[in-house]
Amino acid sequence: MHPTLKRIIFFTSIIAFWEIGSRLELWLPIILPSPTMVLDALVTGFEDKTLIYDLVASFKRLGVGLALSLLIGSALGVLLAKSKTADETIGTVILALQAVPSIVWLPLAIMWFGMNETSVIFVVVLGGTFVMTLNMRSGIKNVHPLYIKAAQTMGSRGWDLFVRVIFPASIPHVVTGARLAWAFCWRALMAGELLSTGPGLGYTLRFASDFGNMALVIGVMIIIGIIGYIVDQLIFQRVEKTVLKRWGLES
Amino acid sequence: MFIEITDIQKQYLDKDNNPLNVLTDINLKVEKGEFVSILGPSGCGKSTLLSIVAGLTKATSGEIVVNNQKITKPGKDRGMVFQQAALFPWLNVMENVTFPLKKEMSKKQAEDQAKKYLQMVQLSNYLHHYPHELSGGMQQRVAIARALAMNPDTLLMDEPFGALDEQTRTRLHGQLETIWTETKKTILFVTHSISESIKLSDRIIVMGTKPGTILQDIQVDLPRPREQYKKEMLEIEEHIMGYLKKEIDKVVSEELANASNT
Repeated sequence: MHPTLKRIIFFTSIIAFWEIGSRLELWLPIILPSPTMVLDALVTGFEDKTLIYDLVASFKRLGVGLALSLLIGSALGVLLAKSKTADETIGTVILALQAVPSIVWLPLAIMWFGMNETSVIFVVVLGGTFVMTLNMRSGIKNVHPLYIKAAQTMGSRGWDLFVRVIFPASIPHVVTGARLAWAFCWRALMAGELLSTGPGLGYTLRFASDFGNMALVIGVMIIIGIIGYIVDQLIFQRVEKTVLKRWGLES
Repeated sequence: MFIEITDIQKQYLDKDNNPLNVLTDINLKVEKGEFVSILGPSGCGKSTLLSIVAGLTKATSGEIVVNNQKITKPGKDRGMVFQQAALFPWLNVMENVTFPLKKEMSKKQAEDQAKKYLQMVQLSNYLHHYPHELSGGMQQRVAIARALAMNPDTLLMDEPFGALDEQTRTRLHGQLETIWTETKKTILFVTHSISESIKLSDRIIVMGTKPGTILQDIQVDLPRPREQYKKEMLEIEEHIMGYLKKEIDKVVSEELANASNT
């Protein structure tokens, strides 16, 4: 059987079971509202444009946060790969920081920047930076020595060697780093919005929860999941696959 | 003399920090336009020697002068071809070949130059292919075109055909011979194949191991193409085998001794 067909059957049966269970009142709507209620909440949300404002606001923060974390992460990664001293000092700190979920920085961030946009973006940046740093570092450290030797015999050295050989050779690691950074930033953003101010998908989720609107809670969860899936599968995985093939790392 | 290698020594430190002699007393002079093979069993330091000439490895002592210039670092006057093609996978064939030309000429000039050498290795139809779309033999021909495109006086080749199948290798021997006749480069060609060295070179430098030294300097005076001189080539092969057999036996018995120790 075709995988798509399997998936359609699978999802249809889950949704059917969920809907029928709700109609037979096997559970209360406040515990688990029915699929039609979730759909209604989503339609209302999009019709009065609140969800659209939320999406725009969330994506703006994500864009700024992810861009900053990729920039800072790459710069730090290059530094760690090139300087042994930096690797032995800053490198250790980054390994430790990477183990800390970035959302725990929010209380401090609110003290530093206030209960606003900047605090959320700060948490998002912290979410993606370190994983990018570590991938950039290993990308540069793992450049095949033969590429460097070949470039040297062609008169390339210093900055020219870095820009034209070492950096491009590390692109597969950069892409993996960016993909992980995006995933971490996305999670950090939702957590940050949930605990801070709106508009934003996370904020609306908490708002809905405070008013007992579980249908909207589930609706927003579905939006978050779908966006995560689309960006990861349709964008990053494709880019990664193309790069791996071009770089000769996958047949 | 075009290339003068004088008293080259090379020592490495092994894991217990004991010095290990890789090359001792290497002296070699090569004339401009000569095709010289460096032949020896694995571990004789022939690749290290080539790497020192390229400027990629520093000798412990001694000096190398190429075209009246002392070698201290890699340079475009010495093109190098490695056993693996070492093409940059993110660049297509044309971009790979123009890589060394970027700084010194316009894009148009660089591309014309690249086309000329890609034609020489018969790859004009593959300008926009990426390395992973080419066979091993084709990749190696691009690498040769890339080295030639900088128009170096010297071509250093480190077992360039070692990873290829027999038929591809034979074809590339023919192409290399043609290229050498047309461009009159000085070629230092490292190989462990006796027949390959006889087929291609004017002179064969036979090296021995532990430590790496030059055992013999053999002139090959057969006219080219050499396919028709099978008998003479076989005689030279047997002659060289006489020297190398002792060396190979030495390597084998040492390996056996090491194996029984562990």
